[in-house]
Amino acid sequence: MVLAERFLFQGFQMLLVLALAPLLTGIVRKLKARLTRRRGASIFQPYRDLFRLMRKEAVIADNASWIFRSAPYLIFAATWVAAALTPTFRTGLMFSWSADLIVIVALLGSARFFLALAGMDVGTAFGGIGSSREMMIAAFAEPAMLLAVFTVALVAGSTELSNVAAFMRSDAVGLRVSLALAMFALIMVAIAENARIPVDNPATHLELTMVHEAMVLEYSGRHLAMIEFASFLKLLLYVSLIGAVFVPWGLAEDGAGAMRNALGVLLYLGKLIAAACLLALFETATAKMRVFRVPDYLGAALMLGFLGALLLFAGGRF
Amino acid sequence: MNAAALQLYCIVAFLALAALSVAAAFRPRASAGLYIANAVVAATAFAFSFAALFKGGDPALVHLPIGIPWLGAHFRIDALSSFFLSVINFGAATASLFAVGYGRREPEPSRILPFYPAFLAGMNLVLIADDAFTFLVSWEFMSLTSFALVIAHHHERENRRAAFVYLTMACFGTLSLLFVFGLLAGADGGYVFNDIRSRDLGAGLGGAVMLLALLGAGSKAGLAPVHVWLPLAHPAAPSHVSALMSGVMTKVAVYAFIRIAFDLVGISDWSIAAPVMLIGGATAVLGILHALMERDIKRLLAYSTIENIGVIFAMLGFAMAFQANGMAVQAALAFVAALFHVANHSIFKGLLFFGAGSMLNATGVRDIEQMGGLIHRMRKLAPLFLVGCVAISALPPLNGFASEWLAFQAVLQSPDLPQLGLKILSPMVGALLALAAALAAACFVRLYGVAFLGRPRSDHAIEAHDPDGWSLGVIGLMAALCVIFGIVPGIVLDALAPVATLMLGTPLAVQSGNDWLSVIPVNATQSSYNPLLLFFFIALSSFLAASVSRLTASHDYRRSPAWACGFEPAGAQTQYSGASFSQPIRNTLGRIAFRAAETVDMPPPGDQQPARFTLRLRDLVWDAIYGRIASVINAISDKLNALQFLTIRRYLSLVFATLVLMLLGLAAWS
Repeated sequence: MVLAERFLFQGFQMLLVLALAPLLTGIVRKLKARLTRRRGASIFQPYRDLFRLMRKEAVIADNASWIFRSAPYLIFAATWVAAALTPTFRTGLMFSWSADLIVIVALLGSARFFLALAGMDVGTAFGGIGSSREMMIAAFAEPAMLLAVFTVALVAGSTELSNVAAFMRSDAVGLRVSLALAMFALIMVAIAENARIPVDNPATHLELTMVHEAMVLEYSGRHLAMIEFASFLKLLLYVSLIGAVFVPWGLAEDGAGAMRNALGVLLYLGKLIAAACLLALFETATAKMRVFRVPDYLGAALMLGFLGALLLFAGGRF
Repeated sequence: MNAAALQLYCIVAFLALAALSVAAAFRPRASAGLYIANAVVAATAFAFSFAALFKGGDPALVHLPIGIPWLGAHFRIDALSSFFLSVINFGAATASLFAVGYGRREPEPSRILPFYPAFLAGMNLVLIADDAFTFLVSWEFMSLTSFALVIAHHHERENRRAAFVYLTMACFGTLSLLFVFGLLAGADGGYVFNDIRSRDLGAGLGGAVMLLALLGAGSKAGLAPVHVWLPLAHPAAPSHVSALMSGVMTKVAVYAFIRIAFDLVGISDWSIAAPVMLIGGATAVLGILHALMERDIKRLLAYSTIENIGVIFAMLGFAMAFQANGMAVQAALAFVAALFHVANHSIFKGLLFFGAGSMLNATGVRDIEQMGGLIHRMRKLAPLFLVGCVAISALPPLNGFASEWLAFQAVLQSPDLPQLGLKILSPMVGALLALAAALAAACFVRLYGVAFLGRPRSDHAIEAHDPDGWSLGVIGLMAALCVIFGIVPGIVLDALAPVATLMLGTPLAVQSGNDWLSVIPVNATQSSYNPLLLFFFIALSSFLAASVSRLTASHDYRRSPAWACGFEPAGAQTQYSGASFSQPIRNTLGRIAFRAAETVDMPPPGDQQPARFTLRLRDLVWDAIYGRIASVINAISDKLNALQFLTIRRYLSLVFATLVLMLLGLAAWS
């Protein structure tokens, strides 16, 4: 019975992240439009975009290989699995133990690996420029993220996200400097990894400044839909991750009643909206930085993460 | 018959093959037969050692009355040797099978064939040697036979230099090991390993031995800063030998370090762990940064070997730190992570070198900037090579990530260490390992993207074709192992348990009993990883996504010229090259590591001259250490050169003076 319930919740979460991911992006876009005094498209526009892309024919470059055609599905799958294993509205999902925080970071790394390969497959300069920059950003972002993960894992005594979230909700946490540092590092990494301003501009169409968009330039139709969907999912994943670790209130425990779970879902929705507001505000208020200043930015994240980890490794109580 | 004797018979078989090859190598078409024979012997040796690893029990001993009269030659196989023997003979068997097809194109087989089995015999001998004399002789035999293989293609100037640097560094490494065993044996000369084990060295001498062992074994393994020969020598040999040197011979060096540090000396002092961790982490980052700048595919792979060796040594450092503080479970975790990475690296590095050899055969060039678009021409090799690239980039769910994940779990155990120095060092080394992993992903995206994807970058690449069936079969086998080790790492970890028990006294917890074949290194609340489920999930969800899009989405697709923002796709030279791919990293980390400097020489408007771009990278390690040493030696030999032109009278007086001095010295001594 408990097993069946857990399976059910796991399945529900898989569908929930799929259902909510485009909405999150839609809200961010709408808010950004309002903040710049435009009306903006409806918050449901991303769904419509996805449906339209699915219906369109796919145009594939002459030189594209099987990597180009299979990468979107792999990227989507890896991101979806990672998002489905991150606690959103409750802890103790059926399979949350199959992948810990480090694995989730690495799964996103796998998705990025294939995206970068797909960018180079057609053999245009734009694809290459995107892949090259993406891997440079990843080279700085991944260690920063792992150090933040170390900090969190050491405080919670586990790398298992469900256990981390459960610990963070207990009274044992208290206020810790190291956690604050890790949170900043994680947020900075999240901004970079999701190709948001100031690292990359999701709405740019100026070739020389693009990173993510340059890699997917050759994609169209259903393939583009998969990649877009994966990037929506990735944003949702980072929001759930930061939410589960640093704002874990409202997560339903394993074995909680139906009402408690419903409340968890509602609160999760609230967290998403709050995150969307903050992201939109931040993106509107900052300017995009030059590509070669990104290492400085991520270097700061790396140092914050390192400082957090160091405090814990050396002191233990901070 | 005991395991050591069986292994010795295999070694004798290798040596016999070497002798046979001298006679047979001149006959055309002998090479395939000889390589098959090598593969059979290596596979037999692998089967014996693998069985010995599983059977466990007491170490098998053999004593032969050869060598120094009062000492003889001692051989012994315990769990540690049998694990490394399995790794090495598996690599040898696959390399020999690969060479069946690959060796046909060898222009001068008689330069390779006799040394190849001798090299395999040398590596096997090192692993079963049980006294200092046998160990050093085997070590030197291994070095010399591999030197002969490096210089096989001696017509190219580059290879001669590589072989010279290799020989020099090999001598240096052996010299360090000579000191190690001299110190270990002590004044009364107990050269048998059992006597050495029973001696108590004391902290100071033990530390000195460890540092010398790190230098000696590290120079063979490719630890910075004694790695300089490796990227020169490994690519110079034919590809199947490169695979052996990179994937396997470096592991013999890892074995030597483990044998000396963990077994002969024993871990009692934490202070030696710190340099091992730090050098390991720094080597990993430096190695992969070099690889990112490299355009020669074999040298790139050799640099990536340096990275992996760094990871292995960093993990051994963690194991030493834990063990010195009596944290046996954590030590076992780090140690097993190191050993697992040893096995994994030998598999995917073999795969990649075989792939590189096939690409070299197919295109005739080693420069990745002249490849491109191979995915359309080497259709069968492309997916297999991709598996190797994903595995070495430490991405789930393949095997490289499994060992990397264990490594991070070990790093996470380190706040419990009592020493402040180690506590500060641990997250630093953890960050270095994470940086190395991320850079490795960039490096292999670059390799695969430039060599296999895009359009052909030169006429060489247009002619490319798939390799022969032997090569493809071996590469396929290794790709399959990358997947299997990746998704069920538990079975490998359990097979390593006797090694950890032997060296540290405690194995890692048994993994095969875990639900759903998860890996749970310490306890389930702390961390667990289930690559099998993960693999299943990814397969399932990509299948779901693909079928949803098949059912609901439009099926139409159209081929058209690349879009590229509306620019007409110009010649293949406008693609992103390897050099441009690594430019962002070169401009950031490369500025620090290589003092990378770019200058653009733009002629004024109206000038007909072309614009020029020059890039300068400096190998700081070479400049700071080797360049200086070389210039000092050159200066001294210039000065001493005058001694060549003396008269006989002066030579005689010099001889006389030397004699007097030595006698005086002797008199003063006694």
